[in-house]
Amino acid sequence: MSTATATRRRVDRASRPGGSTRRRARGRFMAWVFAAPFLILFLLMYAGPLLAGLGMSFTDLKSTDVRHPLNVNGVGLDNYQRLLHDDAMRKAAWNTFFFVATGVPLTIVFGLAAAVALHSGIRRARTFFRAGYFLPQVTSIIGIAVAWRFLLDPQSGLLNEALGAIGIHGPAWLADERTALPSLVAMATWRGFGFDMVIFLAALQGVPRELYEAADVDGAGRWAQFRRITLPMLRPAVLFTVVYSTIGYMQFLEEPFVMTKGGPLDSTLSASYAIYFQFGAGNYGYAGAAASVLFMVIVALSFLQFRVLRPKHL
Amino acid sequence: MIRRTALYVLLTLGLGVVITPFGWAVLSSFKPEGEIRQNPPTFLPAHATLGQYRELFHRLDLFTVFLNSVLVAVIVVLANMLFCSMVAYALTKLPFRARGAVFTLIMLQMMVPSIVLMIPQFVVVANLGLVNTIFGIMLPYLVMPLGIFLMRQFMADIPDELVHAARIDGAGEFRIFFRVVLPLCKPPLATLSLITFLTAWNNFLWPAVVAQSQDKYTLPVALAIFANQEATHYGLLLAGAVVVVTPVVILFLALQRFFVEGIASTGIK
Repeated sequence: MSTATATRRRVDRASRPGGSTRRRARGRFMAWVFAAPFLILFLLMYAGPLLAGLGMSFTDLKSTDVRHPLNVNGVGLDNYQRLLHDDAMRKAAWNTFFFVATGVPLTIVFGLAAAVALHSGIRRARTFFRAGYFLPQVTSIIGIAVAWRFLLDPQSGLLNEALGAIGIHGPAWLADERTALPSLVAMATWRGFGFDMVIFLAALQGVPRELYEAADVDGAGRWAQFRRITLPMLRPAVLFTVVYSTIGYMQFLEEPFVMTKGGPLDSTLSASYAIYFQFGAGNYGYAGAAASVLFMVIVALSFLQFRVLRPKHL
Repeated sequence: MIRRTALYVLLTLGLGVVITPFGWAVLSSFKPEGEIRQNPPTFLPAHATLGQYRELFHRLDLFTVFLNSVLVAVIVVLANMLFCSMVAYALTKLPFRARGAVFTLIMLQMMVPSIVLMIPQFVVVANLGLVNTIFGIMLPYLVMPLGIFLMRQFMADIPDELVHAARIDGAGEFRIFFRVVLPLCKPPLATLSLITFLTAWNNFLWPAVVAQSQDKYTLPVALAIFANQEATHYGLLLAGAVVVVTPVVILFLALQRFFVEGIASTGIK
């Protein structure tokens, strides 16, 4: 053992509250007291409900059975098997996949582009642009939905009017099976990229200037510098934004809830929304099974992303 | 020089795209219904009027609904300021054996989809007799994971010596927490209160499930239900959207520095 560690140990012992075991025990007890509000709420509102949801997925529980618990039977994995053959659920799974697979990259690319643009050269107006781009993030989805439905209205909306001015006949956006889901992706990207921009801006401030100066000396161009210096240095930030947005986008529900009611023809039905409908119809067991699958997919995706994207030296 | 000008032009265009949906909604909320329906649409109101707002206030008890929103948001903020800081104190300044386990629970809470929890949570709230109460609306949000991360990040950087010194002087843990540690935590507390305020203010699905009569609605719930009944009455809905969004926008623009920098600090480490 080195002398440095030995000295630090001695200092530690000296600065500890007398080092008495009684005080340590009291400290341990106080830790539980301080964590208690979180733990109680977690058990009551999260752990309990999560286990209840999992448990009910193996039964044929319906809303009508809640008063007569004896009518409820265990059905094993039947609910899970039914999921595989449910056309609406398959459609919802596909829509959710589409939403995540397009929305997450778009949000991150726009967030990164805005952050790099603000970081390079713009000094005076940086706060101004940053606040503007972040604004949609803080506003209520209901307010946004109203504004966007109006914007996308085929007759009196601004978007088709603008497209008309350059000679394009715009579609009916939310009323058209082909454009409804992409419209929601666009809205989600518009709403979410400001958050990623803020994360990337903070990360960019941590990249040492010397790296760019050295690259300049070596004659590396802007694009090469971005690919060889900026992107690798931003790896932890990319990991965070990918995981965080995926968790959020996997659960998308409010956008179709307030914009399209899942239509037209289920083209904007999301996994969460389909589960919501099943709950509403009183099929608690079946809805619980679908919800559990969604939860497991989210956890699995998060782990996978951590594996693939975590910094190489760890 | 040319590069910088190009950058400014690009950023300004981007800002235009981001702001247009809001801007046009605000402008249109001052148009009479006929002008809103008109094709081609107008950008600026040709006949500015407060008619939509007058009808909105006439049709909805906005005062009660607004008060409910404020009440929910303020209590959620205060609870998070206290509880998140307490957990963070246990995680950083006390000999906590379950530290790792508690950390996993916090991550878990972030990952569980709200739809998984909605019905079982509702059953809990019903058993506690809290359906259609303001307290039922806020119950799941009194300790938010992001708030714990934020406070933990900051408290970890407060020197342990400070806490040890207070202990040697014979101060109890609650005294140290309130008198020594919390007063140092003003910056993250400012960020925390903003984030939790916005979450509570904008929250929509859960309040829609718990609140069952108009006197318990929050603003987004009232507007959502109104939007269902009056799906085609754009002018009225736009006025409603402006009422819901304006307080938050003002708050954000006034305090955006705390907000943006605080979020950045939780995300990176």
